[in-house]
Amino acid sequence: MGMVEFRTVSKYFGNMVVLRDFDFTVEEGEKVAILGRSGSGKSTLLRIVMALETIDRGRVSLDGETLWDADAGVDPGRGGERGRIRHMRSKVGMVFQQFNLFPHMTAVENVAAAPRHVLGIDAGAALALAQELLARVGLADRARHYPSALSGGQQQRVAIARALALEPKIMLFDEATSALDPELVSEVLDVMRALAHERSLTMLVVTHQLGVARAIADRVCFMDEGRIIEEGPTEEFFGAPKNERTRAFLSAVQVA
Amino acid sequence: MPFSWSFVWEVLPALGRAAVISLVVTVGGYLAALAFGLVFFGLTRARRESIRRLGRWTIELVRSTPLLIQAYFIFFILPEYGIVLSALTTGVLALGLYHGAYTAEAYRAGLESVPAGQWDAVHSLRFSRFAAYRYVIIPQLLPPITPVLGNTFITMLKDSSILSAVAVPELMFVANDLGSERFQYTEPITLAALIYLIMSLSFALILYWVERRMRRA
Repeated sequence: MGMVEFRTVSKYFGNMVVLRDFDFTVEEGEKVAILGRSGSGKSTLLRIVMALETIDRGRVSLDGETLWDADAGVDPGRGGERGRIRHMRSKVGMVFQQFNLFPHMTAVENVAAAPRHVLGIDAGAALALAQELLARVGLADRARHYPSALSGGQQQRVAIARALALEPKIMLFDEATSALDPELVSEVLDVMRALAHERSLTMLVVTHQLGVARAIADRVCFMDEGRIIEEGPTEEFFGAPKNERTRAFLSAVQVA
Repeated sequence: MPFSWSFVWEVLPALGRAAVISLVVTVGGYLAALAFGLVFFGLTRARRESIRRLGRWTIELVRSTPLLIQAYFIFFILPEYGIVLSALTTGVLALGLYHGAYTAEAYRAGLESVPAGQWDAVHSLRFSRFAAYRYVIIPQLLPPITPVLGNTFITMLKDSSILSAVAVPELMFVANDLGSERFQYTEPITLAALIYLIMSLSFALILYWVERRMRRA
């Protein structure tokens, strides 16, 4: 059974179809990059896995447990559902395009916040853990800085450390390097690459930067109009794309 | 009639005591407004549509009728239904209710000023609702709403003079009372105005200082 499974999932925003009878499986430890034009549904895919969005049809499961089942009429706002969704979220960590750090907390406080206020670890131990994680992303010396005093690349590395603090099995990267100046991409990519060496960690990387997909992924999927229209092992995908639309996208992005 | 300094010294102690009452009513009304605002705001955010509508209508009703009429309702009309409140309680309640409708609006604006990405972050990090508000959301909405809520306090201090009409023994009521004893209003009303001015400016100064400290933090 896959770590992430989508079975005939559909998702609409009003009249717009974001996912259409979407089938998708990611095995444990797999590193998958998802490419596609903006509006192709790739970010929504991640937000569904993080339980930030629901689905309209089909079923999504994580690690063998059902997250969404449209037929069972799951209502995320209902009291009993909240606990279940929080449980499912414990499997997943997410990194956002705009970092979404807490601006009123220092870097180390950002990373320590969830261990303290969610897991209930005492302040000293949480800060020690956070300091360790910041060292892992190369920011031990920036621990006392507020996000506003950090570069975009540094902020994103703090955000990665913050997501790792809850020890997720699945890490989601939603255009994690897209808001960065070109010269800051590599420092974030280095951290992502190091994470990709962790055998058991499942990674889903949404991007439109081909270099990011190449550096991280074992498998690349290309999404268009709410579906995966082409996928394959990274070398194969970039070496000999079969679909016309994939080729058009790849040449357009490479020129840009 | 010439301005009489001796009359000034005569009425000053009584006006000073009345100013304290004004302050007490304002502080009480302010705390009530913060609480009522939270309740009103909570109603407008309820899951059930009918409750949200109730909240919106209540806010609209309170904001679209004069404070004086609301005070009359509480002081003169509620007793007919067996609810008798002291003048002071009436004052606190009327001020709190009226300005609660405005603080609800301030809470809403403050909450909307927190970017949606912050909610994505707290959800993905599994914060409970309480923890999300306590550690992430409220600390971020306090700086933008502090000036608004601070000015509300100063407005309420001045609005408390309206409560003289329902016999709250505050500054305006006493000034009017002292003036009518001799049909000589110049001294007590001028003094009352000066006292309001001094109190308002003092709080504006305090607010300015708090805002500056907050911006530095």
